[in-house]
Amino acid sequence: MEKIAAQRKKSILVIDPADNVAIALKDLKKGEQCFVDGSDPPEWIPLLDDIPFGHKLAIRTMEKNESVLKYGEEIGRMKTSVNKGGWIHTHNLYCERGGGK
Amino acid sequence: MNDTFKGFLRNDGKVGVRNHIAIIPSVFCSAKVAERIAYQVPGCVYFRHPVGCSQVGEDLEITAKTLISIGKNPNFAGVVVVGLGCERFSPYELAEGIAPANKMLETVVIQKEGDSLAAIQKGSRIAREMQQIASRQVREEVPVSELTIGLNCGGSDMTSGLIANPALGHASDRLVKNGGTSLLSEITELLGTEEILARRAVNAEVSNDILETVRRTEEKLFRQTQQSSNIERTHLISKGNYDGGLSSVVEKSLGSMKKSGKASFSGVVSYGEQPKSKGLYLLDSPGHDGEVSTGQVAAGAQMILFPTGRGTPTGFPGVPVIKITGNPNTYQRMQENIDINAGEVLLGNQTLEEMGEGIYQEIIEVASGKQVKAEILGHDEQFCVTRLP
Repeated sequence: MEKIAAQRKKSILVIDPADNVAIALKDLKKGEQCFVDGSDPPEWIPLLDDIPFGHKLAIRTMEKNESVLKYGEEIGRMKTSVNKGGWIHTHNLYCERGGGK
Repeated sequence: MNDTFKGFLRNDGKVGVRNHIAIIPSVFCSAKVAERIAYQVPGCVYFRHPVGCSQVGEDLEITAKTLISIGKNPNFAGVVVVGLGCERFSPYELAEGIAPANKMLETVVIQKEGDSLAAIQKGSRIAREMQQIASRQVREEVPVSELTIGLNCGGSDMTSGLIANPALGHASDRLVKNGGTSLLSEITELLGTEEILARRAVNAEVSNDILETVRRTEEKLFRQTQQSSNIERTHLISKGNYDGGLSSVVEKSLGSMKKSGKASFSGVVSYGEQPKSKGLYLLDSPGHDGEVSTGQVAAGAQMILFPTGRGTPTGFPGVPVIKITGNPNTYQRMQENIDINAGEVLLGNQTLEEMGEGIYQEIIEVASGKQVKAEILGHDEQFCVTRLP
């Protein structure tokens, strides 16, 4: 969790190396360049949408029905494709567990 | 390894962290009389509920077991059962269920006393005397292995799974390692984590119980969410969860399970029942904050640990609910309701491990008598007995 501390000045956090999403550590604006922590070689992603605090953005381009990975686990799948830097939330992610939307 | 707290030793060998008199209606019809008795005698807590009659089968059995188990909880030095007199779940059955705890126990029945005013008067006199007897009891030093904590959470956001829940997981692990008991519940909010949890079971039987408990809950959810007439009522998580960045029940679940740390699961407990030994247990309950706490207190929890990202003020009658938020903005906004600001981890001022240790120390302090904010402000909304459809 030193990782969280190190993120203090950073704007997004990748929780697990396997993840294809990062979370916004503050409200972020479309067009901002965000450093992807753990990226090697170092990578900056331009945001394609506003990303509110706590919400997710794609750190890789994802296809329709691709698994969305956070904590290294599948939290749902994509309803549509999303480009790197795009917002991921209920408008483009689905999860059928429990019969929910 | 000799961590201790100061609690109230009970006749059945259990230890209370509070010393209240509980006024428990056996049926919703006697709720107001129970409330008035508690108002007459400050220090009493009462348990308003909408059940106890016109119920059958497993639904009534869960109500009965839960009310009995609440009465047996060691935070209560004495119990006044208040009945109406004609209800299906009789006040005498409730009192007989509580009796093995060998604590002060009396029953007041409205129809037997004559009317509600007479019942309030009789109940108040009994409660007054119990309160005086309880006031003479002093706290004694006991090992933390006597503690049972309930792990609950509500109003989750991204910070819950990232910070507050894993910090609580450290504290839970430390308590379990020292011989205490910890209860993970909210099965609706564990969908998608069952394989991970099952791998942490002490044996194959418990592993299977965990998988089966989640499967049953999911089957029930499927029945409720597939009716075309209720197509707008299918969201498994709240609007606030969505606003806080959680997009699916599995995302919420992966954060939720972190409250249980890394310890092994010793078993699965049914709602209204108690774990058979000490250690980490899974308690079968829905995700409703109040139904979770009620099941946990019925299981013997003397205290609830409650991470909340969005912020909630609720509490439980006679049982401290420690509020923890991982969201620094929520803490700033709701300082009067939230006990621990785990948002310090997000700001980089503390590590998760340090925060977990802080939560563990708070558990010991609160167990020894320090009041939490929900108690001081009189919040008691979390008592809700679960129902079966």
